[in-house]
Amino acid sequence: MRNVLEWLETAAQACPDKLAVADESSRLTFAALEAEARAIGSALAGRVHAQDAVAIYAEKTADVLAAMLGTVYAGGFYSVIDTRQPKVRVEAILAALSPAAVLTDAVHADAAAEMLEGTGYEALPIEDLAASAVNAAALDAVRAAAIDTDPLYCNFTSGSTGTPKGVLVSHRSVIDFIPVFCSTFGIGADDVIANQAPFDFDVSVKDIYSMLCARASMHIIPREYFSTPTKLMDFLCDREATTLIWAVSAMCFVSIMNGFGYRVPTSIRKVMFSGEVMPPKQLRIWQKWLPDATYVNLYGPTEITCNCTYHVLDRAYANDEVIPMGKPFANERVILLGEDDALVTEPGEVGEICVSGTALGLGYLGDAERTAAAFTQNPTNKRWSEPIYRTGDLGKLDEQGNFVYVSRKDHQIKHMGHRIELGDIEAAATGVDGVERTCCLYDAKRKRLRLFYVGSLGKAELAEQLHVLLPSFMVPNAIKQIDAMPLTKNGKIDRNALASL
Amino acid sequence: MDTTLEEFIELLQDIKEDVDFENCTTLIDDHVLDSFDILSIISTLNDEFDISIPAAEIVPENFNSAVALLDMVTRLLDEE
Repeated sequence: MRNVLEWLETAAQACPDKLAVADESSRLTFAALEAEARAIGSALAGRVHAQDAVAIYAEKTADVLAAMLGTVYAGGFYSVIDTRQPKVRVEAILAALSPAAVLTDAVHADAAAEMLEGTGYEALPIEDLAASAVNAAALDAVRAAAIDTDPLYCNFTSGSTGTPKGVLVSHRSVIDFIPVFCSTFGIGADDVIANQAPFDFDVSVKDIYSMLCARASMHIIPREYFSTPTKLMDFLCDREATTLIWAVSAMCFVSIMNGFGYRVPTSIRKVMFSGEVMPPKQLRIWQKWLPDATYVNLYGPTEITCNCTYHVLDRAYANDEVIPMGKPFANERVILLGEDDALVTEPGEVGEICVSGTALGLGYLGDAERTAAAFTQNPTNKRWSEPIYRTGDLGKLDEQGNFVYVSRKDHQIKHMGHRIELGDIEAAATGVDGVERTCCLYDAKRKRLRLFYVGSLGKAELAEQLHVLLPSFMVPNAIKQIDAMPLTKNGKIDRNALASL
Repeated sequence: MDTTLEEFIELLQDIKEDVDFENCTTLIDDHVLDSFDILSIISTLNDEFDISIPAAEIVPENFNSAVALLDMVTRLLDEE
């Protein structure tokens, strides 16, 4: 197997009339999804060449999934753009991506036109592309020329210098990981996957490709249901969801918002979560209402294709306990590198979590420097080429041989499911006229971003500017103007002194 | 309950400083607050007033303004 579309095609052969994907109002069988993706692929084939990027500016729907797969039919790779971002951010992503085409749907046509104004791009309506005739010869030619190390998707995350980083992942990595993922947790044709993650998040890669690989069905939960728990619980119950592969923050919505007090989706059998450290208090609420479900803690950054370790929970955890990251998935190697890049093997000793294997992504799009810094040779292997990805996360081993997450090495944080470089926020704020120096801190306990700045600009004006420059989840909860940055004796900003202000 | 609207707004401001909680009556309808903010507000109110806001109360009508939020908290405290 060398292309993810083979999963779609064999499923469309084996069970054409089975539901593949449904959103709030529409549904596509495997045969219909294949037909729509082939039509879109045919329409794009003249415009998109092998290894070209295609940007998709829309919220997740069944048709958007067809457009993603249509991009792959045309030989390109897709990048779904978060529609809640400000224009400057979208422009930065388009500049990094330089897509051969930008797609949107009818709902987002006006917003897309506004976002693309001045960029030279014009969005193509997915509905029109889907109505095109299939050009089988063109699609066959594309497929014959494709190789499995070609990129499949590009997901953008926050970068420390203020430019978003595009993480590129190949077909090969997904073809390697997804069957392992499905077999490890027994995801099969009778499963109904309730998709929570937006398609610009790699958590959704597990939903989409598990559905195609295992011939399961996927139901896309509209984003706004995550602010109205009754709608969310009704959806999970009515669609008879069995499998949740969710961000920790989404699971906390349900437990904190008392979703189970309203309705219990008893069909749920598997609950897998990732993205942040799961608070045991919230997980225990899930375990209380759905005691027979299997709960799995997943760990891994986008750069290594979704996840590299997992831990199936065997008991309830107390509030002050940490749920382990667990052990590596089959065909992935996870090591800890300590000071001087020496291998850490003693339980309790802390090292940087590093990963090797087919799961490794292709690096950061158009950024050789940052790619070289994060994807390096395994320093403990002097005999052949063995690339590793340095996650920047610190971890340790427990007495049972499980990996346990400790903290970050740098100033990257996880805030409400989003990976954020504090430097990204600082870079945006420092770039505003009337601001001289900035420092952003994260209060992990209260989940608040706090920005300190020195400058003549008023606080309200700075906040207003930041709303233009940053996605809302990156805009600080509190901004404080100070006369001077407190410094350590080495002349660096004293973050501890700021934290106590 | 002896929390004034001013004190209540201060509490909300601590969660999201640059929102006009004093005057805005379309916090949800105009997407001023996203689901993460709503979650923070619920957590804070649950802790601060020792209540447990039921799922059925988490609807736009109760979250569109500071006044509506305070009314909901007062009502939930009275029901106890």
